[in-house]
Amino acid sequence: MIVVPAVHALGVLTVDPVPWARSQMAFTLAFHIILVPLGVSWAFMTLIANYRAIKHDDADALLLAQRWSKYMAVTFAVGAVTGTVLSFEFGLLWPRFMGQWGEAFGVPFGFEGLFFFTEAIFVAIYIYGWRRMRPWAHFWTGVPIVLAGIFGAVSVVAANSWMNAPSGFTLDSSGKVVAVDPVAVIFNKAMPLEAAHMLVAAYLVGGFMVASVYAGAMLRGRRDRYHRLGFVIAFTVAAVATPVQMGVGDALARWVYNDQPEKFAAIELVPHTASDVPETLLGKLSANGTVQGGIAIPGLASWLSDPGTGKATVVKGIDSVPAEDRPTVSEVNVVHLSWDIMVGLGSLLFLLSLWYGLTWALRRRMPTNRVFLTLAAASGLLSVITMEAGWVVTEVGRQPWIVYGYMKVDDAATANTGVWITFIAVTVLYLALGVTAILVLRGMSRRFRRAGGFADVESPYGPPASSEAEPQVEEAAR
Amino acid sequence: MSDTVAVVLLLALTTYAVFGGADFGAGFWDLIAGGPEQGRRPRELIEHSLGPVWEANHVWLIFVFVVTWTAFSEAYASIMLTLFVPLTIAALGIVLRGASFAFRKSVVSLRNRRLFGVAFAASSVLVPYCMGAVAGGIASGRVPAGGKAGDPVDSWINPTSVVTGVLAVTSVAYLAAVYLVWEARRDDNAEMADYFRRRAVVSAVVVAVVGAVGMVVLHSDAPYVFDGMTGRALPVVVVGVAFGLGALVLLARDANRGARVLAVLAQAGIVVAWGVAQWPYLLPESLSVSAAAAPSGTLRVLIVNVVLAVLIVLPAFVLLYVLAQRRLLPEEGVPDAADRVTDRSAD
Repeated sequence: MIVVPAVHALGVLTVDPVPWARSQMAFTLAFHIILVPLGVSWAFMTLIANYRAIKHDDADALLLAQRWSKYMAVTFAVGAVTGTVLSFEFGLLWPRFMGQWGEAFGVPFGFEGLFFFTEAIFVAIYIYGWRRMRPWAHFWTGVPIVLAGIFGAVSVVAANSWMNAPSGFTLDSSGKVVAVDPVAVIFNKAMPLEAAHMLVAAYLVGGFMVASVYAGAMLRGRRDRYHRLGFVIAFTVAAVATPVQMGVGDALARWVYNDQPEKFAAIELVPHTASDVPETLLGKLSANGTVQGGIAIPGLASWLSDPGTGKATVVKGIDSVPAEDRPTVSEVNVVHLSWDIMVGLGSLLFLLSLWYGLTWALRRRMPTNRVFLTLAAASGLLSVITMEAGWVVTEVGRQPWIVYGYMKVDDAATANTGVWITFIAVTVLYLALGVTAILVLRGMSRRFRRAGGFADVESPYGPPASSEAEPQVEEAAR
Repeated sequence: MSDTVAVVLLLALTTYAVFGGADFGAGFWDLIAGGPEQGRRPRELIEHSLGPVWEANHVWLIFVFVVTWTAFSEAYASIMLTLFVPLTIAALGIVLRGASFAFRKSVVSLRNRRLFGVAFAASSVLVPYCMGAVAGGIASGRVPAGGKAGDPVDSWINPTSVVTGVLAVTSVAYLAAVYLVWEARRDDNAEMADYFRRRAVVSAVVVAVVGAVGMVVLHSDAPYVFDGMTGRALPVVVVGVAFGLGALVLLARDANRGARVLAVLAQAGIVVAWGVAQWPYLLPESLSVSAAAAPSGTLRVLIVNVVLAVLIVLPAFVLLYVLAQRRLLPEEGVPDAADRVTDRSAD
C-alpha cells in the first residue's frame, strides 16, 4: 500500500504538538461560538415575530418569522457539524485529559446531548411545519427549541466551569478518579455565574447580530415596516440583555477575584500582591515583571474588587502562585488586552442600548438617524468580538492549567506529532466554511428580496432559484 | 452497571449505523448517479428524503462519544490516540458533508451545486469507510489498553479495517437504497422506485460477498472476534443474515413493505453481532468492559440520561416521525405534483 510509506514519511516532520493542539482547539471553539448565540437566541426572536404574526394577523411579522427560520436552519446545520468536530477534538487533541478526567468532565455532556437532540428534532419540525400545521400548534413546536437551547448551553458551560473550579470527584493515591458525585460536578462553584454570563451573552450577541443586518438594510434605504420590525425585535432583545450582562459580568469578575486570583491578576495586570491597586487601561507586562504604558486609574481595581473595603482591598499578584503555576508573560498580556476589549466594547454596546431605550421612552419610536444606524450595523461584529474576548479571558486566564489546580495543558495534549497538519487542514476547511456560509446567507437574502414573499419558496433552505439559473442547467446538460 | 452502559453504547452505535448510515448511503448513490441530467431525478429524491431529519442524526455519534469518554475514558483515550488519522479524516468529512449538503440546497448555479454536491457525496463515502476502519482496528485488537497509542498506521490500514471499512460503505449504501425505494413509492414515482430497487438488490449481494470475505479475514486477523462470531454471537449472525435474505427476497419480488424493516434489522445485526462477539472486551483481549468502567456515580448519571432520553427525546422523535408520515412537514424543495407540471410547461 502506497499510503503506508507516505504516512511514515510525514512522521519525520516531528513538531511539538502542544501549541498546534491549543491553536486548533482555540480556532474551532472560536468559530463554533459565533454560531452558538444564533442557535440559542434566534429561535426566541423568531417566536416573538411568529406570536405577533398570529396574534395581530401581521403579515410582515409572519414573513420575518418564516425567513428567520430558514436562515436558522443553515446556521443550525453549520453549528451542528462544528459542534460534532469539537466532540472529536476532545479526544484527538486532549486524550490524556479525557483519559484521566472524562469520568467527571463528561457528566454535563450527557445532558447537553439530550438537549441538543431535542433541539435538533424541534428545529426540523418547526422549519418544515409552516405550510401544513395549524398556526398555534406550529408556534408551540418552536418553544422547545428555545428551552433546549438554554439548557444545552448551560450544560456545556457547566463542563467548562468545571475546568475552572473542579469538584465532585475523589482521587486515589495515583491520581486516578475513583468516585464521582455528578451533582457536584455539574453544579461546581464557577457554574452558576459562568453559565448565566454565557446565556445572557447568547441573547445579547444573537440580538445584535440579527439587528445589525436590518440596520445595514435601513442604511441602504430599505426603511419599510418589514425591515423596521426585524430590527426592533432583535435589537430589543439585545438591548434588554446588555445591562443584565454588565451585572452578571461584574459578579463573575468578583468570583474570579476570590477563587482564581492569578486569573484576576492577569486581568488587572497586577504583578505583585498589593492594596490600592490601580485599574490599568491597555498597557502591558514586560518580561521583567513591571507594568509598562497604559492609563492607570489609581485605586480603582482594588475598589471594584470589593467596594466594602475600597482602596484598601488587597489584590493578589501573579507572584502569589509558584513560578511553575503562573501564566506566561504573553498569556498575561493576552488576557489583559482581551479584558479591556470585552469591557470597552461591552460598554459601547451598553451606551447604544441606552440610546435606543431612551428614544423609545421619550419618543415612542426607534432612533433612525445615520449615526445610530451605522453603530447598530456594526453592533453584530462588535458583539461577536466582545464575546470572543470574554472567552479568551476565561480560557487563556486559566493557563497553565486545563483542570485548575489538577492538570496542566502540557500534560493533557496528544503526543501525536502530526497535529500541525490537522491544524492547517481544519483552518482551511473552516475558513472556506465560514465564507461559504456568509455567501449562502446573503444569496438567500437577495433571492428572498427578489421573490418578495415566502409562499414561492422552493428550496428547503432558501428561496427559489432565480429564473436566470435555469438556462445554465439546460446548457450544462448538453 | 457497567454492562448496562456498554449495552446502551452498543445500541447507540447501532442506531447511528442505521439512521446515520442511511444518510451516508444516500450520499453514495448521489456520488455515482452520473452527470447533471442523468442524475437529476435520483438526486432530487435523495435531497428530498434526507431533508427533515438529517441534522438529528449527528446526535447519535455525539452520544456514542460522550458515553465512551464518560464511562470508559481510558479506552477512549487509547482509541483516540491510536486511530488519530482515520478519526480526523472522519471529523473533517462530517464537516464537509453536512455543510455542503445544506449549502447545495441553498445555491442555484449549476457549478456551485456540482461543487457542493461532489463534496457532499465524496465525504459521504469517506466517513463511513473511516468509521468502519476504526471499528476494524478495535475489533482486531490493535488498540492497546491504558490510554496508550498503538501503531498509528497499522491500526487502521490492515486487513480487518479494509474489510470493515468496505463493509460499512456497502452496507449503508444498501440500506439507503432500500429507504429510497420506499421514499420513491411514497411519491408515486415508479421510475425511481425501480431505479433504487435494482441498486438495492445489487448492493445486498455485494454486502453478502463482503461479509463472507470479512469472516475469512477475521479468522486469521482477529481470531477473538471470529470465535465470538462463530460462537456466542452466532445466533445474532444467523438472524441478521436471515433478515438480510428476507429483505432481498422481498425486494426481488418487489414487495417493498417489509423490506425496509428487514434491511434495518439486518444492518443492526452486523453491529450487534460485533458487540456480542467481542464481549466482555471493550478493546479485545486487553481491556474488559468492567475493568474500563468509570466510578458508579458516573455510570448512574449516564443511566439517568438514558431514562431522560426515553422520556423526552423519544416522544419528540416520534412526533417528528408521525408529522413527517402525515405529510405535515412538506419539503418545499419538491413542489406538489401539480406545481411540477406547471413548472415543466413554463420551461
